[in-house]
Amino acid sequence: TALASLSASCTKDLDQNPKYELTPDRQYTSQAGYYQVMAKLYAGFAVSGQGDPDSGSSSDISGIDAGTGNYLRQYWSAQELSTDEAVVAWNDPGIQDWHNMNWNASNLLINGLYNRLYYEISICNEFLRESTDEKLSARGITGDAAAAVRAYRADARFLRAVTYYHVIDLFGNGPKATETTVVNTGDTPPYATRKDLFNFVEAELLDCGNTLPKPKANQYGRVDQAAAWGFLARLYINAEVYTGDLPTANTTHGNGVARWADAAKYAKQAIDAGYNLANTPNATASAYGRLFLADNNTGPATQEIIWPIIYDVNTTRSYGGTTFLINGSTSPTTAPWQKLVGQSTGWGGLRGTSALVDQFAKAGGDTTRDSRGRFWITPPRRPYQPKLTDTAKVRQYLRITNLSDFTRGPGVLKFRNVNSAGAAQGGAQNFSSVDYPMLRAADLMLIYAEAVVRGGGDQTTAMTYVNNIRRRAYGDNSADVSWATISQLTGGQPEFLLDERSRELFWEGVRRTDLIRFRRFVENTYVWPWKGGVANGTGVPGFRELYPLPTSDLTVNPNLKQNAGY
Amino acid sequence: QSTGSVSGRVTDSKNEGIPGATVLIEGTSLGSSSNVDGTYSIQNVPAGPHTVVISFVGYNAVRVPVTVVAGQNADASAGLKENTTQLAEAVVVGYGTQRRQDITGAVTAIDSKQFVQGQVTNPEQLIQGKVAGVSISTAGGAPGAGTTVRIRGNSSLNANSDPLYVIDGVAVDKEGINGASNPLTLINPNDIENVTVLKDASATAIYGNRAAGGVILITTKRGLVGEKIHVELNSQASISTVARRYDVFSADEFREVVKANSTLSSQVATLGTANTDWQKEIFRTAKAFDNTVSLRGAVGKVPFRVSYGNLNQQGLVITNKLVRNTGSVSLNPTLLDNHLRIDINAKGSVIDNRFADYGQIANAAFYDPTQPVTSTDPIYAPYGGYYQFLNGANPLGQAPGNPVAALNYRNDISTVKRLIGNVQFDYKIHGIEGLRANLNLGVDLARSRGSISVAPTDFGTHNNDQPNVPGLNGSYVPSSQDKNMKLLEAYLAYERQFGGTRFTIQAGHAYQSFENQGLNFLTTRSDQTTLFKPGEILTLPAYYNKYVLLSFFGRATLNVKDKYLLTATVRNDNTSRFTAGNRSGTFPALGLAWRIKGEDFLKDNNSISELKLRVGYGRTGQQDIGGAYDAIARYQIGSSTTQYPIGPIGTTTGITAAPLGYNQFLTWETTNTYNAGLDLGFLDNRVGLTVDVYQRTATDLLANVAVPAGSNNNNQLNRNIGSLRNRGVEVALNYNVIRTTDVNWSVNLNGAYNVNKITDLGTQLEGFAGYRFGNPGVGTGNYIQINSVGYQSNSFYVRKQVYDANGQPIEGLFANNGAYYQYKQPAPLVTMGFTSNLSYRKASLGVTLRSNIGNYVYNANTASGANFSGANTSTGFVSNLSPDVLVTRFSTNKPFDSDYYVQNASFLRCENIVLGYNVGKIFGETTLRLSGSVQNAFLVTRYKGVDPEITDGIDRNFYPRARTYTFGLALGF
Repeated sequence: TALASLSASCTKDLDQNPKYELTPDRQYTSQAGYYQVMAKLYAGFAVSGQGDPDSGSSSDISGIDAGTGNYLRQYWSAQELSTDEAVVAWNDPGIQDWHNMNWNASNLLINGLYNRLYYEISICNEFLRESTDEKLSARGITGDAAAAVRAYRADARFLRAVTYYHVIDLFGNGPKATETTVVNTGDTPPYATRKDLFNFVEAELLDCGNTLPKPKANQYGRVDQAAAWGFLARLYINAEVYTGDLPTANTTHGNGVARWADAAKYAKQAIDAGYNLANTPNATASAYGRLFLADNNTGPATQEIIWPIIYDVNTTRSYGGTTFLINGSTSPTTAPWQKLVGQSTGWGGLRGTSALVDQFAKAGGDTTRDSRGRFWITPPRRPYQPKLTDTAKVRQYLRITNLSDFTRGPGVLKFRNVNSAGAAQGGAQNFSSVDYPMLRAADLMLIYAEAVVRGGGDQTTAMTYVNNIRRRAYGDNSADVSWATISQLTGGQPEFLLDERSRELFWEGVRRTDLIRFRRFVENTYVWPWKGGVANGTGVPGFRELYPLPTSDLTVNPNLKQNAGY
Repeated sequence: QSTGSVSGRVTDSKNEGIPGATVLIEGTSLGSSSNVDGTYSIQNVPAGPHTVVISFVGYNAVRVPVTVVAGQNADASAGLKENTTQLAEAVVVGYGTQRRQDITGAVTAIDSKQFVQGQVTNPEQLIQGKVAGVSISTAGGAPGAGTTVRIRGNSSLNANSDPLYVIDGVAVDKEGINGASNPLTLINPNDIENVTVLKDASATAIYGNRAAGGVILITTKRGLVGEKIHVELNSQASISTVARRYDVFSADEFREVVKANSTLSSQVATLGTANTDWQKEIFRTAKAFDNTVSLRGAVGKVPFRVSYGNLNQQGLVITNKLVRNTGSVSLNPTLLDNHLRIDINAKGSVIDNRFADYGQIANAAFYDPTQPVTSTDPIYAPYGGYYQFLNGANPLGQAPGNPVAALNYRNDISTVKRLIGNVQFDYKIHGIEGLRANLNLGVDLARSRGSISVAPTDFGTHNNDQPNVPGLNGSYVPSSQDKNMKLLEAYLAYERQFGGTRFTIQAGHAYQSFENQGLNFLTTRSDQTTLFKPGEILTLPAYYNKYVLLSFFGRATLNVKDKYLLTATVRNDNTSRFTAGNRSGTFPALGLAWRIKGEDFLKDNNSISELKLRVGYGRTGQQDIGGAYDAIARYQIGSSTTQYPIGPIGTTTGITAAPLGYNQFLTWETTNTYNAGLDLGFLDNRVGLTVDVYQRTATDLLANVAVPAGSNNNNQLNRNIGSLRNRGVEVALNYNVIRTTDVNWSVNLNGAYNVNKITDLGTQLEGFAGYRFGNPGVGTGNYIQINSVGYQSNSFYVRKQVYDANGQPIEGLFANNGAYYQYKQPAPLVTMGFTSNLSYRKASLGVTLRSNIGNYVYNANTASGANFSGANTSTGFVSNLSPDVLVTRFSTNKPFDSDYYVQNASFLRCENIVLGYNVGKIFGETTLRLSGSVQNAFLVTRYKGVDPEITDGIDRNFYPRARTYTFGLALGF
């Protein structure tokens, strides 16, 4: 008997539970427990994992370096490095494929991007499963606390919808997992086409547009109804692309059902709800420049930024996000440059191209007065060179003779880790405090104008939006444009608006989507330095409008189909 | 007075004393072991006729009849005859011992006489090169460095392939503790009596779930009843030098190369005028002293052995040091009329370490040799006067720090205490002949405390914002870890003999728990107050995990007329790592042997002295996947530096909780092993030959593989998927070449061939290459290895370099459109060992050679340093290059994934050469033995990197192995 009772107690000992990692029933004991998980759903866009970025293995996902596999870093790379707005000097595996436009289904970075998107979707689903009314009442969470948790569900659904929107835009088709998909390594989510996902995201965002808090009524960093409307506007302005025939090996996407009126409606609805251009310059920065400074979580920028991804030098650190954008685009050796962007280091990777600089030299651009085009180029060879003194001997050339050489290509001075008073915020460890605008009013204004040009609508409002954006950039109305300029079509596309979008929104992660909508991404009718891996640029086959589904997922999920051409 | 004493001297065929021979008075528990000169004495022997049984490993036992007269001493001296395979010798196997001739599995026992001599600081080094199919590689030359032991290759993919260590019956934790990467470092090799290696599953399955990687049984020395107390003192002094350095340009060569090849004129401008050999600056001739004193004998009826050891070892890298104090006690009283035997063992150790940052070794190799170590320029004063690459007064971003400064300014210390103790009761039950009960209670407790203090003058932790406040520069962080292993085992064993048939049967139960816990700390600045990361808070004060194993086991053996042998075992294991329903695993095994020598037609054959055929099948398990809770849903609290501070600032904290990926279906990986072996002895066993062939297949392989996107909270998880196969042949040959009065020469040759192949990794799409891993340390996010179906595990995954007509690699040009392919692997195909022991009168010479063939290493140092862009990556500083750049003339970083850098690292290493001289009695009863040895005496290889023996296959930041010269003396009295 002694042995039997000993054995019984031993058998019970086989049920071990962690002490510092909590099982669901210990995590979700209160509203605060739900809040922590809801905060992680947002953090999924900002940071790479739960551990400090310097602690080594601190990534939420596997198979990619933690800093590299950050959501924003890979999303940004897929949207910008593949375009005329940015190049990178590094030789990380697969990174030059962005320029060469020869990525394949084994590309580690595309893998990382895809897995990051589905990680975000999975944790949103997990939260939605754990926050049902049944679970709340079973856990004794009632009254105000239960109401608060129910409100968090709208955040989760919004974030999941945005992530699926990115799947639609980047990969087109893909697996579809929702909260009714059980977390289960044996499960294989079904395959959903781009159109299926479009319908799902549209329905979710429409619902979020009702269930989220009223515009400007939520905490900083959390989203409101205007964010849902803004993403609906983005979805609708691209609806013709997303619902059309998919690109094939040799053809680009076909035109589907256009939704210009809906795009205009939701863009305006979001703006009218209380968001506007931040129009307050100060002694150290232009009104436009202040949108991308370390204190853009306070003051005028908050009028314009509808959804920021938060970063903080002390509390929200990552080797992705704006730390990547700032450190990555700064010279490792030029101290004045580092000082200008608020850091004492630079990683020497990201630059712009002459095509981006040329946006400010084209008709409708201006070479010196447009406060948006701020580049580091030495020796000055263009009149629009910003007035900066470079004491270092190192030159920064406009022309990119060698992608791997950081000194070839214009430095881009958009995101700067200084506050409005000009004080550096990088601290001893050079992390960024600049919040990244996922969605801001200027984008919606340009979407509105584009929708009007393409589909008809209120020209006066559209013109006001465009000229307000230009007046902010120039500081006066000298650069106002006429409706004729705005609405002029080149090859059937409103060319001016594409250029204006680049001038206003460069390095904000929309360029690839815009180029595809304007049929300039893969075509040989528009090339930029090193497009397709060639110094002078070249077109590539139409299927490159979509990224491939990673082989690693196709191999474990037989429901999936690879995109055409891959 | 009805007792007398028996004494005598045990000698070998040369009339030299044999130390350590076992002397027993038959039919009693009285006994002794012989002294350094071979003498022994047994007191309190009852008067009357007795038989003295004298035995020693490697010799035939001798029985000497004596008649003891009360109050007098009787002499029983004997000369022992060598026997290379002592068939009647007891070999330690799981939960008991077996006669060597009864063993049915692949088992190799090595006793202290065969151990590697010289400066051996870790127990596993004692058998390096001695056992066929056992590959033992240290992680480098640092004192206390971890060791990778592989028995018959990698048994698993992502689960632990280490063997199970059982020390005096206690299965210890496989993992090290913070501050002692190698758990065996805490054992003093001088305390070890013998080591048994269980290789095939018919031998290991009694250990079930933890035995997939084989089992190593370590037995420590102990006293004997009636033994006279004697003292032994072993003392060694060693000097070590770096055996092989990194190959880089000298300062003058480097200046020329940069001037001739740099594409940036600003780089040439950074070159200095100094001539610094940075490796000379960070390496030193290291000294070590190792002393052990032991006392053994018996007090009354209680045999005992106590020992104390002190090891004081300098590392080859300046600042690196290890001090180890060990103590052991063993008591083995026999009570209740010899029915109850109690074994009490306790081994305690305290290790004080000061670690070197391995990263500084390669940094020193590649640091700009044209810069001085120190400078009087006041700009360097904030850095303690050491030269550094600066950007204004601040460290230059991305530039490496001065390696000498980095080593001197970093004080990374730890103190680890460990206690392994057990008490084992073995009770022969009164009244039932042949039945005994055994209870074993054991603990393995380890405590680690440490800290890393980095001086304010350090480069890497310089605070640009507060450069002039020493307290706000540098850093400090403590560490703490406690591990507790508890073991309870009980079994009943029954033994019976009917005529020529003998059988044993035993059944038992085991409970083992492993607790691992410690405190978390925040890093502060040197003032130990200001946080290194401003505002950081501890979101988790501590960490804790525990897992439990619950097992039942049984074994039956049958011996029919010493000719037909059978061993059957079964073990059922349950682990807390898996969920109920998946946690039980049953591991059976069967071994059969036919001892043909016992048959009539061979019995009287004089040339064939032993012939035995063995076949075995067994299943073992694997559940050691690192994490304790991988099968249950759980949430991880984020650190304070990865918060998401939503809401008005200051009104809420942004600490997050993330759902983690988990696999509730996790279950046992099972490994099936088939083994067939042949033991042969010729010429009175002067020649012994053992051959084994085996196949070991792991199924339900625990592998970290993709899960369908969207179906879990991670994209890769451990799953039971796929299978892995090892096949191989092992041969061991012992030959006593010369056996004369003055000269004795014996050699041992062993060799093993093992091929490993991943045969399945779940559903596989065509075009899916496999799972990439293995950071080569070049660039960010690179992977150089892959696990693919149809290839060896851990294969390299590279591109096929194209060469021009002169054999010159063409930069950036790869075959097959630059496609990656699986190319070679780090594990050797063939491992060999050779030992020779030659003695002439009082002098002896021993040599051990070891060779690996077919192992490949990715030469990361060359890959990152053998292209001119290594000097070009930054405009503010330059890094030294490997002279290989003059061969490849590569100019960019791109070719790092060329197969050019995967290099054949086959080697032959002279593990040690030992010269010994047995002085004999120097005064009174005091005896002396002297020895001198060289370890790692020479290395033959075509591999050009630092060392060809790199277990993970990536040569970077490697701590070079030492060449060690040791002088030793052993005093006994």
